[in-house]
Amino acid sequence: MATSATKPRELDVSVVTDAVRELCMEANYDLPDDVYAALRAGKEAEESPVGKAVFDQLIENADIARRDRVPICQDTGFAVFFVRLGQDVHLVGGDFAAAVNEGVRQGYGEGYLRKSIAEEPAQARRNTKDNTPAVIHVELVPGDAVEIWMMAKGGGAENMSSLNMLKPSQGWQGMVDAVVDTVSRAGSNPCPPVVIGVGIGGTIDMVTVLAKKALLRDIGSVHPDERVAAMEAELLQKVNALGIGPQGLGGTQTCLGVFIEEMPCHIASMPMAVNMQCHAQRHKHVVL
Amino acid sequence: MAAKEIRTPLSDEVVAGLHAGDEVVITGVIYQARDAAHKRLVELLETGEAMPFNLQGAVVYYMGPSPAKPGNVIGSAGPTTSGRMDAYAPKLMAKGLKGMIGKGLRTPEVKEAMKTHKAVYFAATGGAGALLAQRIVANEVIAWPELGAEAVARLEVKDFPAIVVNDCHGGDLYEEGRAKYAKTV
Repeated sequence: MATSATKPRELDVSVVTDAVRELCMEANYDLPDDVYAALRAGKEAEESPVGKAVFDQLIENADIARRDRVPICQDTGFAVFFVRLGQDVHLVGGDFAAAVNEGVRQGYGEGYLRKSIAEEPAQARRNTKDNTPAVIHVELVPGDAVEIWMMAKGGGAENMSSLNMLKPSQGWQGMVDAVVDTVSRAGSNPCPPVVIGVGIGGTIDMVTVLAKKALLRDIGSVHPDERVAAMEAELLQKVNALGIGPQGLGGTQTCLGVFIEEMPCHIASMPMAVNMQCHAQRHKHVVL
Repeated sequence: MAAKEIRTPLSDEVVAGLHAGDEVVITGVIYQARDAAHKRLVELLETGEAMPFNLQGAVVYYMGPSPAKPGNVIGSAGPTTSGRMDAYAPKLMAKGLKGMIGKGLRTPEVKEAMKTHKAVYFAATGGAGALLAQRIVANEVIAWPELGAEAVARLEVKDFPAIVVNDCHGGDLYEEGRAKYAKTV
């Protein structure tokens, strides 16, 4: 018996372009409330006077950026998108990726954001001058909505990230050691207090995506799985014990939050990725 | 502790008086230069050509701003990671560079060169580019405008806040600060 097919919802890609343009600007001007609250809480918790003064500067900086609509940081980042595309949506009017890139071009141009993307990375390193191409992750999901998360990912913290192809025999302790080692070696470079995304499992491609996706979680949110929540809490405690502190000048608040995303992996493998993020955890979300 | 007020260019005496952990406010001219500009500056040094600015006592700021909105002196203007300039910094110090403003770790070679040539490394707060831009009162690109955010610019700063990380006596705030707050868990 034939079932009546759901009529797809038509969505013109120009709507995507408009949304992306706004996301790029808002993400760079307006620090999310969860991050702002984490800076305030961090200031209270910090034991070092120099560290407290750094928190004061970061809070004032976020206030200025929001008020004057100027970038929180001059490194306005690589534009990274996570898209949950409803399978009942029919995109019309053009190429989806081109529409996203057009939104980036407009947002970074009209918004006075820095263009930080270089083509031919190994040789010419020519600036593409419009901050394209974006990194776009698309996940097909049931329904007829399009959800887009935009993350402005700066270079300094991204450079301090790590991929660790561990042996299953190393177990959880091996992962703890690798996360702590990554943060320790990074020191002041990734602009602490940092946010840490940890991907566990999958393959080398998937584990790094998981680590980045973990950064979309709100700071202060507790993982719904108690087992994972305990892992996150342990990592946070151990990383903060390093003493690196705000801007690496010494202190108790090295990290604002650790977030884990995991998936099963091959019996021979134990992949783990650490995606470092600076305190300016800039991300915005829209549902179309 | 009140911040020490210092003016550029820096003399050996001023540099010698600065110690890791000193909070400072800097007033005067500093020079914006990051990756691509450093590569070119050192090429000029090696071929003996004229530099775009006088290195004697100079302070460089490792920074590439966002574009200035109309009516603003500069866009957001916080420090970038200094380590990428480590390959070049000792050569510039040998020719008179006295101060570097950035963020993040330096190599042992750079720290040694700071002792040899009497120079100082300041950290400004990374990710506070909107705040720091307010302390920059004049901005003029003086070399390689085609490099965009990586061009060399002459910046006039007033009470620009920074902290001494590495001094010319071997002091290192990143190491000292971290050791002070490290805990065993």
